[in-house]
Amino acid sequence: MIVIENVSLSHRDTPILRDIDLSLPRGGITALVGPNGAGKSSLFSLIARLQPLQKGRITVDDMPVDTTPSRTLAQRLAILRQDGAVANRLTVREIVGFGRFPHHRGRPAAEDLALVDAALSEFDLHSLADRFIDTLSGGQRQRAIVAMTFCQGTDYLLLDEPLNNLDMFHARQLMRCLRTIADERQRTAIIVLHDINQAASYADRIVALRDGRVIADGTPDDVLTEDHLESIFGYRMKVEHMNGKPFVLHHL
Amino acid sequence: MTGRPCAKPQATKVAACAAFVVLVLLSICIGAGEFSPRGLFTDPQALELFLVSRLPRTVAAVLTGAALSIAGLIMQALVRNRFVEPSTAGTAQSASLGILIMTLFFPGAALAVKTLAASILALLGTSLFLAMAHRLPPAQPYLVPLFGLVYGGVIGAVVTFVGWQTELLQYIDIWTNGEFSGVVRGRYELLWGTAVMLVVAWRVADRLTLLSLGRDVSIGLGLGYQRTLQLGLVIVSVISALTVTIVGIIPFVGLVVPNLVSRIMGDNLRGTIPWVALSGAALVLSCDILGRVIRYPYEIPVATVMGVVGAFLFLYLMFQRSAHA
Repeated sequence: MIVIENVSLSHRDTPILRDIDLSLPRGGITALVGPNGAGKSSLFSLIARLQPLQKGRITVDDMPVDTTPSRTLAQRLAILRQDGAVANRLTVREIVGFGRFPHHRGRPAAEDLALVDAALSEFDLHSLADRFIDTLSGGQRQRAIVAMTFCQGTDYLLLDEPLNNLDMFHARQLMRCLRTIADERQRTAIIVLHDINQAASYADRIVALRDGRVIADGTPDDVLTEDHLESIFGYRMKVEHMNGKPFVLHHL
Repeated sequence: MTGRPCAKPQATKVAACAAFVVLVLLSICIGAGEFSPRGLFTDPQALELFLVSRLPRTVAAVLTGAALSIAGLIMQALVRNRFVEPSTAGTAQSASLGILIMTLFFPGAALAVKTLAASILALLGTSLFLAMAHRLPPAQPYLVPLFGLVYGGVIGAVVTFVGWQTELLQYIDIWTNGEFSGVVRGRYELLWGTAVMLVVAWRVADRLTLLSLGRDVSIGLGLGYQRTLQLGLVIVSVISALTVTIVGIIPFVGLVVPNLVSRIMGDNLRGTIPWVALSGAALVLSCDILGRVIRYPYEIPVATVMGVVGAFLFLYLMFQRSAHA
């Protein structure tokens, strides 16, 4: 379980997060939604110890993120950053393989290699496995980075806009894959999503942030109402229901 | 075409090894004094020449070339920019400032002590460069090398000014213009320290590769980011200090060799470090041999030859780059 208690963050004098209290139990998919600048990525970087905590406390399975050894955390929690731009000349297989680094520290065992192969298949990357990543398209590169994050094999996955650059086919495949590991292996995915309908279809829970505060938290049915959506995004949008799930006509 | 790692890496590797062996033999055989390899077993004077001059000089060129290219490779990983190297971004200039300070205040100090002072100054100078380079906008990749040139230039100017004021200019030239003609038995052995650094670099190759993926990815994968950064800085500084003290500054090696190898083999340092080292050694050896034969029996310093050869290699890299971009 990830527990966030009383966390605030400010940059110079600008408040970014204000008194966040949130607990994310093990298992399932939680979507983090909100307008640009709501503090979603900042919250992620605090959970993933990429930025020092200014105020409050965050624990992952009872381990405080600011004092637990980085390697121990890396075996429990993986993060995909929004701007994970990698311009190196590493092959796709090499970069996915680095996802296993927290487990083998440079000496991959047969199990690590098998997991890399599995991730390459899962994300449709076998034909690109020996290509240098700097020669790939944006979407192919994104798939490679997502595969690397998956390959880390952690109980918790923090994915900041993982659908960036992905075409519909691969976006759907990624969301289904997350659903599978959440259902079958009790793993936990916390995803920043801008496509609210992806959240409606795949998430178990939606947490909405605005101006550094949690302003809605619940199942997709609870959160995706016209009133809530207006208070989150600042305009009124129509919500229909299809196959029993909310469907937001946000583009009209 | 360059999308995949080299189609025949095996052939390239064998060719590189063969070229290296030939260069070593040439370096041993070429020089102002009469020498033939056969004489090693029959002529005690030939053996003496070999042990006192030819072997040390060849070993020094190999160590220097290998170490400088690895220092360049690591610096590029630390800064996350392909166009920096210790000899242009202030590391080598800081090292020579260290030697200058020692020469001024402790002229009697042993070479090892001077090297230590040079290492410390190099570490300070490079840390400052790195701290500033990490603040520059990453979307402007050419800003970092330009800043490095200015930064290195300023420190170099301080060295020259102090040298001029204290009438040490000629002395300074010894360590700013690298050459191997002064390398004889008893005067180069400290250079073996660079071999230690090479072994350390190879042992932490995976961590250095992770550094080049950036801070967030490194920390996310459980790397001790700051410690790895510091280790990289120490390797770069010690290599620069040792080579500057004993051989002098040699430009371009740390810049062109890692880039050429990366073009063929990629950036996974675990696999490329031995080949970067070998290619660097081969490049410095060939430039030293060229410098010995162009005006035979006189010599042109290896730094001068490398300045010309390296500039051409760099231009080649730039044009290749735009052709594929």
